[in-house]
Amino acid sequence: MTTQRIGIEVSRAIAIAAKLANVDVVSAYPITPQTHIVEDIAELVADGELDAAYIPVESEHSAMSACLGASAVGARTFTATAGQGLELMHEVLYIASSMRLPVVMTVANRALSAPLSIWCDHSDVMAVRDTGWIQIFAANGQETFDNVLCAFRIAEDQRVLLPVMIHLDGFYLTHMVEPIYVPEQSKVDKFLPPYEYPLPLDPNKPITMGAFAPPNIYTETKKAQQANLTAAKEVILQCWREFGNFFGRYYSPVEGYRCEKAKVLLLVMGSLSETAMSAIDTLRDEGKEVGLIKLRLWRPFPFDEIRRAVRDAEVLIILDRALSFGGPAGPVCSEIRSALYNEDKKPKVISFVGGLGGRDISPDGFKEIINRGIEISQTGSEQEFEMFGVRE
Amino acid sequence: MEKYAVFVPKLVTKRENFAPGHRACTGCGEALAVRLACKALGQNVIIVSATGCMEIVSSPLPYTSWRVPWIHTLFENTGAVASGIEAGLKVIVRKGKRPAKEVKVVVMAGDGGTSDIGLQALSGALERGHDFLYVCLDNEAYMNTGIQRSSATPFGASTTTAPAGKMSIGQVTWKKNMPAIAAAHDIPYVATACPSYPFDLMAKVAKGAAIHGPAYVHILSVCPVGWRSAPDLTIRIGRLAVETGIFPLYEMENGKYKLSIDLPQLRPVQDYLKLQGRFRHLSEETIKEIQYRVNKEYAKLMEKVA
Repeated sequence: MTTQRIGIEVSRAIAIAAKLANVDVVSAYPITPQTHIVEDIAELVADGELDAAYIPVESEHSAMSACLGASAVGARTFTATAGQGLELMHEVLYIASSMRLPVVMTVANRALSAPLSIWCDHSDVMAVRDTGWIQIFAANGQETFDNVLCAFRIAEDQRVLLPVMIHLDGFYLTHMVEPIYVPEQSKVDKFLPPYEYPLPLDPNKPITMGAFAPPNIYTETKKAQQANLTAAKEVILQCWREFGNFFGRYYSPVEGYRCEKAKVLLLVMGSLSETAMSAIDTLRDEGKEVGLIKLRLWRPFPFDEIRRAVRDAEVLIILDRALSFGGPAGPVCSEIRSALYNEDKKPKVISFVGGLGGRDISPDGFKEIINRGIEISQTGSEQEFEMFGVRE
Repeated sequence: MEKYAVFVPKLVTKRENFAPGHRACTGCGEALAVRLACKALGQNVIIVSATGCMEIVSSPLPYTSWRVPWIHTLFENTGAVASGIEAGLKVIVRKGKRPAKEVKVVVMAGDGGTSDIGLQALSGALERGHDFLYVCLDNEAYMNTGIQRSSATPFGASTTTAPAGKMSIGQVTWKKNMPAIAAAHDIPYVATACPSYPFDLMAKVAKGAAIHGPAYVHILSVCPVGWRSAPDLTIRIGRLAVETGIFPLYEMENGKYKLSIDLPQLRPVQDYLKLQGRFRHLSEETIKEIQYRVNKEYAKLMEKVA
């Protein structure tokens, strides 16, 4: 099989990526809209196309817990979840990162209950923001596929050994059929070396994993973890460079679209950035100096890249797909504002929250957001942030 | 048992895989159970520990009491962690990424970690049929956090969250029958044990580890702190739990039940209760109620054995 571009559902593409990565253990619990991913993997295992253990656990808490165990004996480990499932995993996520277990997970981003919503937003992600995982947002199917392969290489790098989440918008990406380049196995094998965990649980060399830390040592363990996650950025950049050299597609933590001389910038994460591109095109055609920033690397947060990307703009409009109830702005906006606060040269930062619970935002919607953002930058707003598209 | 006493050092391995120097309380029945279990298990094991007394006393960074590979992650997920280890080992051995070697995955968790917060993960692991041994170290309350009641706390016991008072006898529910719940999963092996019967305990742990498929061993572990009993009475109280029929020692192997110790006549429950401060407040009437229940439960078990 040579590299071919095939029309395929993105969930299926993820399953193929897991197969190309030759994962050893997949442990998962079904939740919409993640189901197609794990169904396809289970099928690959059942058909003998992937030699892996598929553990059909009884909850997401157990899904991630089984991943911990598998990873601790040195198995390449993968799982997928969404929304409530990610929340149920919450405390286990900290264990994976704090015990340096390089699990890879795709998250089909989904709103949180109540009211129940199976549809997309980023509330689930924002609730696990500080769990110590490397987190990458994909904007389309190809990015998702490519970054699943990258995720294993990054996570298992001996300098990193941290778990990685690939975020893809539920339904908008998981259930979308897209043309995706699928490379041949031999090429993936060269890009993704076999996994060797340095200290697996092994009776030949007994180790104690998960000891408890009294106050005289806890802070030091956390400092080390923080340094480790921050330092992982270099490895991520290196991985993306090498991925580009192998496969011809290059990724960066922050990506600009038509940002040249842009006075106004819109910043979006995830699949909506593709729609926003259309809006930018129209506005550019109308002669407006606007550009788009896609934030791809969410953790570790790319401070330098963000600062450089927005420095010359006058207005930065940020659309968050999640709420921080009672808080200052959308979570992405809060972080970027904070990253810019001490800079001498910085744009005005305007916060919008929209696209909650699967509410779509059209190119016209983005035009509206940009125009309103510009207006707010001149006249100010009575609110800390505005919610877009709310029916009054 | 007494007749073996002089030979004990020769009959049992001297190797301590659960090393001395841990921080368990004086007279801790649970630490003794772990020590004996580790002797029975040998070195080709991976131990998965739940949060709880045994985790806390054995692993304060940078020290460890474990001379075998040991992992602790959370309170309620040992069944799932063990599932991942077992499945992971199998597949990486099959794929030639690790040399083939018999390694048994063994969970150790307390009664709270087993019959309360960890029940779902345990049930899932038993149902999926993973090849592992689950050892429940039952000291009948959340001792690590300060003697709060669990579903394994016996009727009438006073705990910090179900205290005896003017309006209450303490625990008003009967102890959850965890071995029966494990057996209801149709697993090949379930047993009860107590460190007051060390050879029986070690034999059951070894048997559970040798069996292919899920095995469950439920060990009653006397806790002098939580049971308000004298530390030097730990072994005796364990024996009385068995001799009164409160905690019968038995095995279930492939659906067949077998009593481990033949008791021609049960001792009155009062013999067991009176040595423990947690039962001090009980009226004669309540003790009668307990006696009635114990007789009934024991008769039910006898039916299974017969």
